[in-house]
Amino acid sequence: MRISQGQIWLNFPVVNAVRARSSFLLRLAESLTITGAALLASVMVFSIFVAIMKVNPLQALYAMYLGAFGTSFSWQVTLVKASPLLLTGLCTALPMRTGLIVIGGEGAFVLGGLFAAEAAHMVMGAPTIIVWLVMAAAGCLVGGIWIMIPAALRVYRGVNETISTLLMNYIAIAIFNQLVEGLFHDPNSLNNPSTYSIGDNNMIGDIGNSQVHWGLIVGIGICILAWILVHHTTLGFSADLAGGNPKAARLSGIRINRVILWFAFLGGACAGLAGMIQVAAVQERANDGLNVGYGYAGILVAFMARQDPLAIIPVAVLLGGVHAGKILLATQLGLPNSAALVFQGLLFLFILGAETLYGRFSIFQPRVRT
Amino acid sequence: MKTGKNYLVHYAARRMQPLLVALAALLLLAGAARPLWAAFTVGVITVGSTKDWGYNEAQAVAGKSLKKIPGVKVVVQDNVPETIAVTQTMQSMINFDNAKVIFATSYGYFPFVCKLAPKYPHVLFVHCGGDYVPGKTPKNVATYFGDVDEVEYLSGIVAGYSSKSGKLGFIAAKPIPQVLRDINAFTLGARSVNPKATCTVVFTGDWFQPVKEAQAVNSLADQGIDVVTMHVDSPKQIILTAKSRGIYVCGYHFDGAALYPKGFLTGSAWNWAPIYKELVTDAMMGKPYPHSIMEGFRDGVVKLDPFGPAVSPAAKTAALAVKKEFMAGKFQIFKGPLYSNTGKLVIPAGVVYHDAAPTLDGMNYLVKGVIGKISWN
Repeated sequence: MRISQGQIWLNFPVVNAVRARSSFLLRLAESLTITGAALLASVMVFSIFVAIMKVNPLQALYAMYLGAFGTSFSWQVTLVKASPLLLTGLCTALPMRTGLIVIGGEGAFVLGGLFAAEAAHMVMGAPTIIVWLVMAAAGCLVGGIWIMIPAALRVYRGVNETISTLLMNYIAIAIFNQLVEGLFHDPNSLNNPSTYSIGDNNMIGDIGNSQVHWGLIVGIGICILAWILVHHTTLGFSADLAGGNPKAARLSGIRINRVILWFAFLGGACAGLAGMIQVAAVQERANDGLNVGYGYAGILVAFMARQDPLAIIPVAVLLGGVHAGKILLATQLGLPNSAALVFQGLLFLFILGAETLYGRFSIFQPRVRT
Repeated sequence: MKTGKNYLVHYAARRMQPLLVALAALLLLAGAARPLWAAFTVGVITVGSTKDWGYNEAQAVAGKSLKKIPGVKVVVQDNVPETIAVTQTMQSMINFDNAKVIFATSYGYFPFVCKLAPKYPHVLFVHCGGDYVPGKTPKNVATYFGDVDEVEYLSGIVAGYSSKSGKLGFIAAKPIPQVLRDINAFTLGARSVNPKATCTVVFTGDWFQPVKEAQAVNSLADQGIDVVTMHVDSPKQIILTAKSRGIYVCGYHFDGAALYPKGFLTGSAWNWAPIYKELVTDAMMGKPYPHSIMEGFRDGVVKLDPFGPAVSPAAKTAALAVKKEFMAGKFQIFKGPLYSNTGKLVIPAGVVYHDAAPTLDGMNYLVKGVIGKISWN
């Protein structure tokens, strides 16, 4: 039998069986291969960059690996860095299911954290669990409404939500500074303006003996819930339909405005909750430490995860790893902090560029029986 | 069958094996490539870039000066935010680099330093800020800071002489006591030689906002202001924008004359190296070290930058005369009667505050002559 070169693999029995049975596995294999290739390409370009900085690229990559995943301490650093990204990633990923490109996670994050801290101050003295619930409610509500505003502007007034959410980040930070230095100001925080402390006993602790706080588990749990919402509920299905083809969605009786507003609210609530966790697990009060770019990093996470809530988990860990790895790049090899940002940028570029490769390799396509 | 594609694949895989092993060995070697002798490692952590011509560069320069001490190795990480990230960097320096002394140089690092210090009693944590409270702050923490308002006062004198319009500008990050004190000292210095001088303040809201800072310089220049100064982390952008507008500038944190030789009048600059050296050598020798270092002009921790070519002889004489009095401890900046710019008497007549007076640490007003507002007043 003559077999053409392209068919050697295609006729491999295992591949065939898989292709016949499961399109899920195929899709998984496809995204793993393409993401892996993009990863490899960014590592290679980064190596060239590092070599130009007169550092041995192998040493640099090893230092990053060691700092990110090399020891149990490194893993803890990585996971702590990943934990806010899980939720701020959802802030972009969820609205994007309905077709909205929201980049306002930073604003929802800082305001969520700020109002959570203030809410804790208001119920000071209540049992810890109540304080947490009140804080979470405040964070979610403020963050949710903050992202719902541009969504409503989009739906009812046709305002471009990408521009408005970007601009609203600046407004949020201005409001944040104004309140932290004014209405919510703790007069004892002289040279580092802050709100009142939420109290040492109300801090969210660490998991076991590790240094990873419980916020990580909350984040993972919410990513899983979001995945169920997106893939296994009618609301999630309506959202995909509204995002894919609004006209068709409307014709099939879906109230798409309502779906869009809901998803924007949920996305914002996730970012607000991330702010609350940052206050309750790390900062103890709202101050400048909230305004360091977790919201912006979330945009990256959402795009890299292709808006899939479950994929956000490994992507957030990967980005957390990049940020953990940069510590050793700096301390052991003397590279500036921005070197890791270059790597992150390359990663983002290559992964987004690789989007166009999906569906191009016949091996990953489900077999159609004739 | 040893022909065809399959064979090639196997062959390639077999040939790759030693290569992979070699690669892995190389990686391991690269990781182990540290000096075999045990160096005394010092970590320095900064909140911004170590090449910012400002706050962080001043710290990094002092860190670098430690390399002159035999046996000391310095590791640096820049751009570490005031979050748990600083805890992680400090721990990484201890775990991976065996750091014995860590300089955490940003003010907002303090709560994280205090939380981590008890876990590593053999490591000395040094924080820039001066918040050490005996009995409350962990024993292995030391803090340092410098009194800069005297130098700001001298800058103000030079600015007051150099301004033709009598209108000065001050670009500041946040209305916190430390910054307000600098604005007031600068303004009082200027008004001591030109009672009609005013100082317009612009708050940018954060420590590193190059775009807003440039906009502020432009808007101040448009209002006829001809000398600007600042309290932001990186004065670079302000100095460069002042250069493009052809107005004078007084520096802060770091000597920026090289950026604008013609119009850089003078300024204040930190000289942290002696403090760094003292603490590190004490820690190396196992000697007790000071826990709270608060030094100023007299101790050489703050320096007045060399006068630029635009400074008139009269201005130099006036500034140097007051400098002499500062050195002798005979001159105090904040004394009554002093009015705020809202007309309130903030220091009654007859009251003189020494520069270490605790009241001054809580300063919450702008003095008469400052055009500007604080949000919480």
